[in-house]
Amino acid sequence: MNIIFKSAAVALCLGTSALAWAQAETETAPAATEEAAMADNVIRVVPGENAQEDIQEALILAEPGSVIELGAGIYNLTGALSLDVPNITLRGAGMDQTILSFKGQTTGSEGLLVTAGGAWIENLAIEDTPGDGIKAKGVDQITFKDVRVEWTRGPNAENGAYGLYPVESKNVLIDGAVVRGASDAGIYVGQSQQIIVRNSRAEFNVAGIEIENCYFADVYDNVATRNTGGILIFDMPNLPQKGGHSIRIYNNKSFANDTANFAPPGNVVGSVPRGTGLIVMANHDVEVYDNEFYDNASINVSVNAYQRDYNDPEFDPLPRNIYIHDNTYGRAGWDPDKAVKDLVAPLTGTPIPDIVWDGAVDGIWAAFFGADEGKGVYVKEAATVKVANLNVVRDMILPWDVSPTFELEEYQGTLPPRDAVKLPQDK
Amino acid sequence: MRRLFGLLTVISAMFALSGAAAAVNDAVLMAKRPAKLLSDYGLFADGAAQVPGERVVAYDLISPLFTDYAHKFRFIYVPEGKTAAYDDTEVLDFPVGSALVKTFAYPADFRKPDDNIRLLETRLLIHQAEGWVTWAYVWNEDQSDAVLKVAGATIPVSWTDESGAPRSIQYVVPNKNQCKGCHVFDKAVSPIGPKARNMNRDNVYAGNTQNQLAHLAAIGFLTGAPSPDQAPRVPAPDDAAASLDARARAYLDVNCAHCHRMEGPASTSGLFLIYGETRMNQVGLKKRPVAAGRGSGNLAYDIDPGHADRSIIPFRMESVDPGVMMPELGRTVAHAEGVKLISDWINSMKE
Repeated sequence: MNIIFKSAAVALCLGTSALAWAQAETETAPAATEEAAMADNVIRVVPGENAQEDIQEALILAEPGSVIELGAGIYNLTGALSLDVPNITLRGAGMDQTILSFKGQTTGSEGLLVTAGGAWIENLAIEDTPGDGIKAKGVDQITFKDVRVEWTRGPNAENGAYGLYPVESKNVLIDGAVVRGASDAGIYVGQSQQIIVRNSRAEFNVAGIEIENCYFADVYDNVATRNTGGILIFDMPNLPQKGGHSIRIYNNKSFANDTANFAPPGNVVGSVPRGTGLIVMANHDVEVYDNEFYDNASINVSVNAYQRDYNDPEFDPLPRNIYIHDNTYGRAGWDPDKAVKDLVAPLTGTPIPDIVWDGAVDGIWAAFFGADEGKGVYVKEAATVKVANLNVVRDMILPWDVSPTFELEEYQGTLPPRDAVKLPQDK
Repeated sequence: MRRLFGLLTVISAMFALSGAAAAVNDAVLMAKRPAKLLSDYGLFADGAAQVPGERVVAYDLISPLFTDYAHKFRFIYVPEGKTAAYDDTEVLDFPVGSALVKTFAYPADFRKPDDNIRLLETRLLIHQAEGWVTWAYVWNEDQSDAVLKVAGATIPVSWTDESGAPRSIQYVVPNKNQCKGCHVFDKAVSPIGPKARNMNRDNVYAGNTQNQLAHLAAIGFLTGAPSPDQAPRVPAPDDAAASLDARARAYLDVNCAHCHRMEGPASTSGLFLIYGETRMNQVGLKKRPVAAGRGSGNLAYDIDPGHADRSIIPFRMESVDPGVMMPELGRTVAHAEGVKLISDWINSMKE
């Protein structure tokens, strides 16, 4: 008896059976749902024996536009929950008050799957899912506000891959999230467009915040710390949406990312070196400014090509039109890991420079005379900031010329400023 | 307990003679709210024995979806005066008013599949004016009727398998959203199974053996179908006469491709397992995982040719860990025969 319909006109106190016409076990007045369908209706669920059924029924039977309130307490769930009704608000009593625990999950591959647009999820926590925390697939307008996703045992290869996982979606807002312990990425936005990630905290994940194969993303006012890598801007081959572009990373702090990489091998983030502040890989039109990068033992900022073999004629593995300026850099690169240790350190020595570009460009012309207009990597930082170009293509052509270059003037150029991402649900 | 089909056919024939055969209640099928009881639809002349009602036609698939070894009874209903349009590659185009019916059942002993059958649930896909809707009905203890379950259910089931070994599982009845987890095509609910290539086989109708597509055409359920020998056909997974490649691809097609295609829920993976997909990289050949997390099993490729033991697809097919297993829904145990088929296929590939 854990569900209460409340409408402006009446307050009905009903058991799950009131959910309907849809339940044959009892005869109840179907009026309940009609009442509930009135404006401002709220479906309330409180913790109890039937948490799984109570929440799932509410998610299925809620009328579009209604609010589902999950009262404070711990909900012990055994299967994935799913939301397929448009414009639903799913609201808890706070990210430390309303806790959906999936420790006992035996079915379904994520905690909550959202497949309807206009979802607004706030003030609750998802804990210990065997798979992803919350996945939203193919939706227009999805908001995570003050949501926590956590694997309570800390970093572990057996933890789920992603905390917050909107994919193939439009108008994505992640605000005030806290994500800890994901074995891939804490906050992961993939193959989406029009994205804001802000005011969030990602800790103890392999990747703190990852924007992959996305168009138009603003990532700002976040803290990424104690991850393996803080912020990753990736583009991958063989996916329906690729050629990630138009991304701004500003006012973030990515520091002390000192957790050893615990991703299951085989995944691309398995190659992220412990102690990475930011990686920009194979995107174009990316602006990185006003951030703080420090205490990252491998590298503060890496700009590089997609390095694995791939079979996708449409995929561009090179980063292009990357503009990095006005950031502050603290200690970094004193104890590099993985590729930074094996490939970068022998060329640059340690500490590793603050910004390292692998220098991969297409063709001999570009290798010797610089990238064409609109295809370069541009840096405008204080004179004390160390930048290295590893000249990997040049090295391929002239194997005797294995010397990285460190001249800042190589990176003259800017990107025209881009309009801020605006989301219809962000009022 | 289920009596023998033959006897029932006789009984239902007697009903037909006396004019008492069940007619499908179209109004109930088309109602916005689902009926509480399966019997309200009139889809069965005898539900307990799975004897279909008027205009409800049984069919089978050549290469069926694996669901925890459940046996399945499948039926198509097309309303009077309407017909489905043939489609060469996608699901047959059933008109509004149609229903697809699938009952999941376990014989007590798989060595005697026609005896002591326990019906667990019957799932309906109903083509209403706004689109397809899905409902699941769970059979009651005495097998007299089935009751609507919106939020799903878990039912303990036991049986004796073909080798005589006892098996038991926690069978999962899907909730309404989980139905859509698989039954979605370009965001709309859609049937999966009744594609020409997977229906192009014989069945027995009123004692006569006839190709299913030909039968559906003959009774007016289907228009535009070519003769069966001109229609596509997949091989059964255990058809020794068919190539290993075709059997494996047909298996992946029906078990995986409703998600793993551009129009399906797993489009984001870039792994496309539809029968006609020719880009082998998209079928998994030397394809790296994208968002698999633990599902990668520490392996580099979905298919590492010549090495099933180093390939992600069979690894995920074998797993029962909800964070790893594939498919995500519809099974709680591994399909040993399916894993073997796909492993043999991968091992047969040139490195």
